[in-house]
Amino acid sequence: MKIKKLLLQIFSLLILFACWQFLAVMLDSPALPVPGKAFFVFFEQIPAGLWKHFLISGWRVMASILISLLVGIPLGLWLGREDKYDRFFSPLLYLLYPIPKIVFLPLIMVLFGLGDFSKIFLITLVVFFQILVTTRDAARNVSQAMILSVVSLGAKRRDLYRHVVWPAIIPDVFTALRIGSGTAIAVLFFAESIASSEGLGYYLMDAWSRYAYPEMFAGIIAMGFLGYSLYMGIDFLDSKICRWKRL
Amino acid sequence: MSTEGATVALNNLSYFYAGNGSRVEALRNITFSAEKGDICAIIGPSASGKSTLLYIMAGLLPFESGGVLINGRQPSPGQRTTSLILQNYGLLPWKTIWENVILGLVIRRIAKEDIRVEGERVLKEMGLAGLAGRYPAELSGGQQQRVAIARSLATEPELLLMDEPFSSLDALTREAMQEVLQTILRARGLTVMLVTHSIEEAAFLGRRIILLSGHPGAVYRIFENPRAGSPDYRKSEDFFHLCTQLRGAMESVHSDARLS
Repeated sequence: MKIKKLLLQIFSLLILFACWQFLAVMLDSPALPVPGKAFFVFFEQIPAGLWKHFLISGWRVMASILISLLVGIPLGLWLGREDKYDRFFSPLLYLLYPIPKIVFLPLIMVLFGLGDFSKIFLITLVVFFQILVTTRDAARNVSQAMILSVVSLGAKRRDLYRHVVWPAIIPDVFTALRIGSGTAIAVLFFAESIASSEGLGYYLMDAWSRYAYPEMFAGIIAMGFLGYSLYMGIDFLDSKICRWKRL
Repeated sequence: MSTEGATVALNNLSYFYAGNGSRVEALRNITFSAEKGDICAIIGPSASGKSTLLYIMAGLLPFESGGVLINGRQPSPGQRTTSLILQNYGLLPWKTIWENVILGLVIRRIAKEDIRVEGERVLKEMGLAGLAGRYPAELSGGQQQRVAIARSLATEPELLLMDEPFSSLDALTREAMQEVLQTILRARGLTVMLVTHSIEEAAFLGRRIILLSGHPGAVYRIFENPRAGSPDYRKSEDFFHLCTQLRGAMESVHSDARLS
């Protein structure tokens, strides 16, 4: 099964590279190098400093996701299970959730400066809402029959959260994380491309401004690798923690 | 192991729930009682409040009018004497069979060694010893039902409340589970309140069969059934006679409901 999954992934990559190669040959533009050239420069650039930008971006995304989880999950659980507080906070949530948080970037930079904090804050702002809304909805939808059966065993509120609500929402949190990690990288790119001197977003835009297209593609590959690693990491945790979902 | 059942006394119990801005009467003046070791089957048309009645006895729904006493005390959720088994078993899919079975003991903060001993004993009693490490999704409907019963028995209840426990099983598994339940109940002497849609199930298991009328639920008639659960009862003439009687009474309830 694992070999089949691996083969399918390799096959998907080959198709992607074939399309890329075809497009690069067809367009014949320096802005779109062939995959071979892009990967050659990518491996060349890793020891030349790309690794540093990768680690910085990775740290920013990971920190944002972790903070979003630490704040979003307890808050989502609380709102999902406590109707009276949810009724109070829901209008606020409906108002804030659809606003594209990226528009706050200038304000965040003015308030918190150009360092790590402002970037992590912006990404957290985006991912946090996805985690919060998903967790709240999942907690709200926990089967009442399941709750009743455990209450009848003598469960108090704390037991219900521990044995029923928390495990029930984990699969949804993983789904939110998968979606959130993609958004996080998109926001990361945007945040790092403005008034920044490190990170993959900066690296990419710097290469672009110098017309160094193969380097720019090295940055794109690194960003893709960052997203893929995150996605695979989430998948791995999901398969270990939610083993029961795959039965 | 608990060897005594609980006494149950319902006196003029009425229950209302809020619906569309007004109070809807779900149960009206329900009065009946059960002695220790009695098995009462509760039947009636849909929306006659059968499940509501069980939830009230489990202490999960507060009532305003009338009285309910379990062993002389008002019901409250998680009381040591009562255990509830639901139609869809209420098993937690993320817990293994072992974790599901001992859940009530863990919640009640029982000592670890006692949990191990009681858990193993109940799993063995229900024929689940080899399945402890599996998840509910890996088990058949009948096996899941056994786990639900094992989980209830682990808490050593005196009153077992069962809400259509075998409704999702096929006919043969259902009959097999009824036999299993009968054996356990005889050995433990538990009092049981069994809500069911099946006339045959009520006739086989219920020593007392309480027929509720339609909305709001009220006691229409109580049938005594002293031969319930005895060997070969299912194939006897008495059994068929009782089933016919119950079917006739159910039809009367339905036609009364249509007329009103």
